Amino acid sequence: MSKTPRIVIVGAGPAGIRAAAALVDAGLHPVVIDEGNRAGGQIYRRPPDGFVRTPEQLYGSEAAKARALHALFDRLAADGRLTHRAGSSVIALQEGRLHVLGEGGVQLVSYDRLILATGASDRVAPVPGWQSAGVYSLGAAQIALKAQGVALGRRIVLTGSGPLLTLVGAQLVKAGADVAAVLDTAPWHQQMRGFWKLAARPLVTLRGLALRAKLGSRYHAGVSLERIEADGQGVTAMCWRDAGGRQRLTECDTIGMGWHLRAETHLADLAGCAFTYDEQWRQWLPKSDEMGRAGNGVYLAGDGARLLGADGAEIAGRLAAAACLADLGFPAPSTAADLRKLARLERFASGLACAFPWPAAMVRALPDDAIVCRCENVTAGDVRQSVDFGGGEANRVKSLSRVGMGRCQGRYCQLAAVELAAVQAGCTPDAIGRFRGQVPVRPAPIGAFLRDG
Amino acid sequence: MITAGRIVRLAERDRAQLHFCLDGQIRSALAGDTVLTAMLASGQALRMSEFGPEPRAGFCLMGACQDCWVWQEEGPRLRACSTLVTQGMRLRTTPRESWP
Repeated sequence: MSKTPRIVIVGAGPAGIRAAAALVDAGLHPVVIDEGNRAGGQIYRRPPDGFVRTPEQLYGSEAAKARALHALFDRLAADGRLTHRAGSSVIALQEGRLHVLGEGGVQLVSYDRLILATGASDRVAPVPGWQSAGVYSLGAAQIALKAQGVALGRRIVLTGSGPLLTLVGAQLVKAGADVAAVLDTAPWHQQMRGFWKLAARPLVTLRGLALRAKLGSRYHAGVSLERIEADGQGVTAMCWRDAGGRQRLTECDTIGMGWHLRAETHLADLAGCAFTYDEQWRQWLPKSDEMGRAGNGVYLAGDGARLLGADGAEIAGRLAAAACLADLGFPAPSTAADLRKLARLERFASGLACAFPWPAAMVRALPDDAIVCRCENVTAGDVRQSVDFGGGEANRVKSLSRVGMGRCQGRYCQLAAVELAAVQAGCTPDAIGRFRGQVPVRPAPIGAFLRDG
Repeated sequence: MITAGRIVRLAERDRAQLHFCLDGQIRSALAGDTVLTAMLASGQALRMSEFGPEPRAGFCLMGACQDCWVWQEEGPRLRACSTLVTQGMRLRTTPRESWP
């Protein structure tokens, strides 16, 4: 058989770029489909043409990595060694064919092997009032600064927990934004519990502590969030309690929130990957072997499969490509060193998960009138009632209450909805199950499916 | 640059100015602005929620949440966070006909 295998990579972040480069090195010509207009993913996202800040200004200590990835991908694309389909979303997947939504409508792209490097987005938890204009994810606040050079508001409160909370806070302060408070729901004693595992990457940990120091008195650990106040225009204040239980109110027009990351798994679901509930990350993740093999010619790499961050994604991208090459009978590069590095990153990541946990208790205590689904304003009460009526199963909760049925397709409400359903049903979140992925995984206008003639 | 909007420009202010039309009014933006940046540089929100009384101003900025939908005069809707504003673009905060 002399036919060249058709390999498609979805996502052009650190994992997708490294996977593509490894395939090109082996003499193959991958197709890389990405929603961004320029390769880099979210973490190494590039501003549009005409922006002048340097990678050092944009990515700080990670500038060299960003520069290397961008240069590598641009060179491979310019040399015609890969096909880059920018600004395109894979919205469905069936029988070895991807349905790709781009400017010209939906096109079919066939593959023999598929590498999913779909990344992650913020793991958010509802806070009463979070449907108001001016509430954003932490990632949004960072993207606005990085890719547009703007702060999303005049007076900003950041909240949640995890490395991004500190990082975005420090970046905004440095850029001159007015950051009123950085409210971490993880108490100090919890953060210390993860500390020994964080020592797996001492430099990264020290850098994080140095950034934290720059936040000064803005930073508060162990807070509980009460509600977001808003008027007809949008956010006006965040009400919270400090670690000592004192009620506080911080006036602001903008809030950025996030509790680490939520893997983007819709395509893995459609591709038939098996899922397992990850206790550490409190979410369902697609299963693969250590190389990223998920079966049926599908490979997983990066934060869409394992939440290890950008450095882990680069490694996972190389490993997935190596697995793919080996399975196709091509000579594959050596992977021993990458596997060792990955094990160290796993240790670090489990330290992060322990130090900066998902705020389960806060979600479970949401008042009935708090909105859980921002798309369609489905409330915590609606979710609880649906369990009383139809039982504690994720997809029944979804069809009865419409939580997870809106336009984001459960990306930002699923984890909270499952948490609420678990309490109501008297079981654990994993017993509730997960929302089935539905086609199209991004909203697509009907015109995109119409063809002339 | 004086703005009355939600967004504060902290860097990259030396780009060329352009004009677009929002709900029949001429607004200015900078080349390279997304529609979201352009609209929020001179306003507080992008659209009204269909399911509640509150205005919306986007949420994730990475094309996942679909909170930032706005409409073009010609009809099609677009995602404000991932579409660059262009000279002469004609935008609406509501679809051409109201939802059934």
